[in-house]
Amino acid sequence: MDRAVFLRAAVALSGRFPALAGVDLTVEIGETVVLEGANGAGKTSVLRVCAGLLPVTGGEAEVLGCDLRHRPAAVRRRVGLLGHTSALYDELTVVENLRFAVRAAGADVAGIDEALDRVGLTGRLRRTTVGRLSAGQRRRVALAVLVARRPALWLLDEPHAALDAEARAVLGEVVRHAVDHGATVLMASHEPSASFPLADRVVSLAGGRVVGSRPVPATASDSGAESVAPTGTGGTARRAVVVGDVHVA
Amino acid sequence: MWRDAWLVAAKDLRIEVRSRVVLNQVVPFAVVVLGLFAFALGPDRTPMVQGAAGLFWVAVLFAAVLAIQRSFAVESSDEARDGLRLSGLDPAGVFLGKTAAVAAELVALEVLLSAGVVLLYGSHVHSWGTVVVAGVVGTAGLAAVGILYGALAAGLRVRETLLPFLLLPALAPVLLAGTRAWQAGLGTGPGGDSADPWVSLLAVFAVVYLALGVVIFGPLQEGG
Amino acid sequence: MSGAVDSLVRRRVRGAVGVAALVSLAVTVWLGLWVTPPDVKQGQLVRLVYIHPPIAWVALYLAFGTAAVGSLLWLWPRTRSRVWDSLAAASMEVGVVFTALTLVTGSIWGRPTWGVWWAWDARLTSTALLLVLQLGYLALRRVPAAPDVRARRCAVAAVIAGVDVPIVHFSVDWWRTLHQSATVLNPDLTPTIHGSMAWTLLLGFVAMSLVFVWMLLVRYRIEVLAARCEGVELEVSLRERWAEAAPPELAHR
Repeated sequence: MDRAVFLRAAVALSGRFPALAGVDLTVEIGETVVLEGANGAGKTSVLRVCAGLLPVTGGEAEVLGCDLRHRPAAVRRRVGLLGHTSALYDELTVVENLRFAVRAAGADVAGIDEALDRVGLTGRLRRTTVGRLSAGQRRRVALAVLVARRPALWLLDEPHAALDAEARAVLGEVVRHAVDHGATVLMASHEPSASFPLADRVVSLAGGRVVGSRPVPATASDSGAESVAPTGTGGTARRAVVVGDVHVA
Repeated sequence: MWRDAWLVAAKDLRIEVRSRVVLNQVVPFAVVVLGLFAFALGPDRTPMVQGAAGLFWVAVLFAAVLAIQRSFAVESSDEARDGLRLSGLDPAGVFLGKTAAVAAELVALEVLLSAGVVLLYGSHVHSWGTVVVAGVVGTAGLAAVGILYGALAAGLRVRETLLPFLLLPALAPVLLAGTRAWQAGLGTGPGGDSADPWVSLLAVFAVVYLALGVVIFGPLQEGG
Repeated sequence: MSGAVDSLVRRRVRGAVGVAALVSLAVTVWLGLWVTPPDVKQGQLVRLVYIHPPIAWVALYLAFGTAAVGSLLWLWPRTRSRVWDSLAAASMEVGVVFTALTLVTGSIWGRPTWGVWWAWDARLTSTALLLVLQLGYLALRRVPAAPDVRARRCAVAAVIAGVDVPIVHFSVDWWRTLHQSATVLNPDLTPTIHGSMAWTLLLGFVAMSLVFVWMLLVRYRIEVLAARCEGVELEVSLRERWAEAAPPELAHR
């Protein structure tokens, strides 16, 4: 098994709405891939499918060797999802939240202090209840949960939103450290300037399908020159790059 | 499974100790229900004493609905089920843990409520053993069914109205048996009534639903 | 497998069952109202025995039983199939009709004997609780969701309720019989059956079962059509979704 993620013609329904309408996506182990696309294109749904949260009703879906069509629960201990809402308990302190999350995932509690250091939550903040923290601080706690759990696949949903420059640097460092230790990262992002430097590849989504995939441009100003054959249906090659609202710094 | 159950129960109870929602809101609600019954049955104490056992259990049932809704409301403001599913915990363990936490909260509430019954209605407890055992065993079954239905309804927009409608009819046996057992314990039942068959019914109910929950909670949580 | 079942509900089969149901019901009514003798104790009222117990039996064992079994088969991964979900839902909905009828006929039967419309008779009380549990299932069914999610939710609800039904029966039964109070115990509604009454009663069971099966087939067919509609809707939604990718290409031509 050298593929972290393998989706082929994957269809996923959210209620009656086809959030994913036939996604083809392959991510190798150790790769860092950015998902780009307009709002509603399906970026969050791809991440949720990989986390085993959104059931796949058509096509094939395999993450870290687990068949998501039949046993989505098996994959959950090995992936970490940093979503829009954090699964943190407002009434518990930062440390208590971490202890619960880490123990629940079966990971080592000893890594908690180091994880908190890495994300920059020190001293008194650790004993504060999460309900009293700001949105950015809560993001950091959620990130610390990922760091402490050491999942094999990191799923980040617009991680740079609500983070200031310092926090973004922390995030970048954390992601690089994880990748250096063999993790695979799949990141949905609206901010190429923040996410592209971390990534190996950029995949474009639109209408619940993949419409293009290209390696990250060598320089930030080079947005369209190197567009490779898309993994979606044929005939959409040249257009892949301009889909969505990609802003170039 | 047991380790996960312990984790979840400890987490839920710690949250309750910090936020004190059950203590500050659900318990007073149950006491208010007792008061409403008193108003409805008239100032004469006789009907109240006669009905004390049943009224107690009805108040417990209403309070249980609130406690169960609270148990699931705690799991992140939106997407109530995502957090627990993502955590990698064994679903059977989550079920047992949440059931244990709600049962503990309800037992604490029942202790306070029985004091209320004694004070407000003027009941006398003849057999503490019966009353306590029936209370604990009944609550176990109550909590198990409640957590099952709570998980079913959690995340639905209509959960506030749907949960009572689903849960309360299913709890009818607990109400029947609990009332009869308490009547024997309070001495308000017809003479010669033994509490034993009722307590065993409560026990069967509890065992059946605890077992069902352990088996079915996993499949229940799957699928979006 | 769906194909085989779907062919079963084809019009001819439904028609045949419908005719059989109508005929047996007509014969039962004829026998029940005119041919069989009135009871010594209950007089003409006893004629309700030809429909009330059969309806009650169908409501509990045929309708609810089918729904519960169907739900279990859906939950078991190896036998999971849309057929079981549609069958369970159809059965539960038709079952509600029969359960309600049980209460109505039981109440009518009891009124002259008890003097009141409702006397908390053990069997009727259990049936009333069954009705509420079934309505709960239907309420869950109406919550909009993807077909698989809805099927799972309802199947679990049916199993929880199914486990409850026998417990409810016992508890309500004990509630009536173990309770020695000063009030008069309600006289048992069941009369003694003999001779032509026995045959009519049997025919009553057959007739009601056929009526149930016919209604089930019709309702199941509606489920099949609804599923097909959902399939078409999904196709349309998918195409609309794919079209979302198209407009920008036109803008940048």
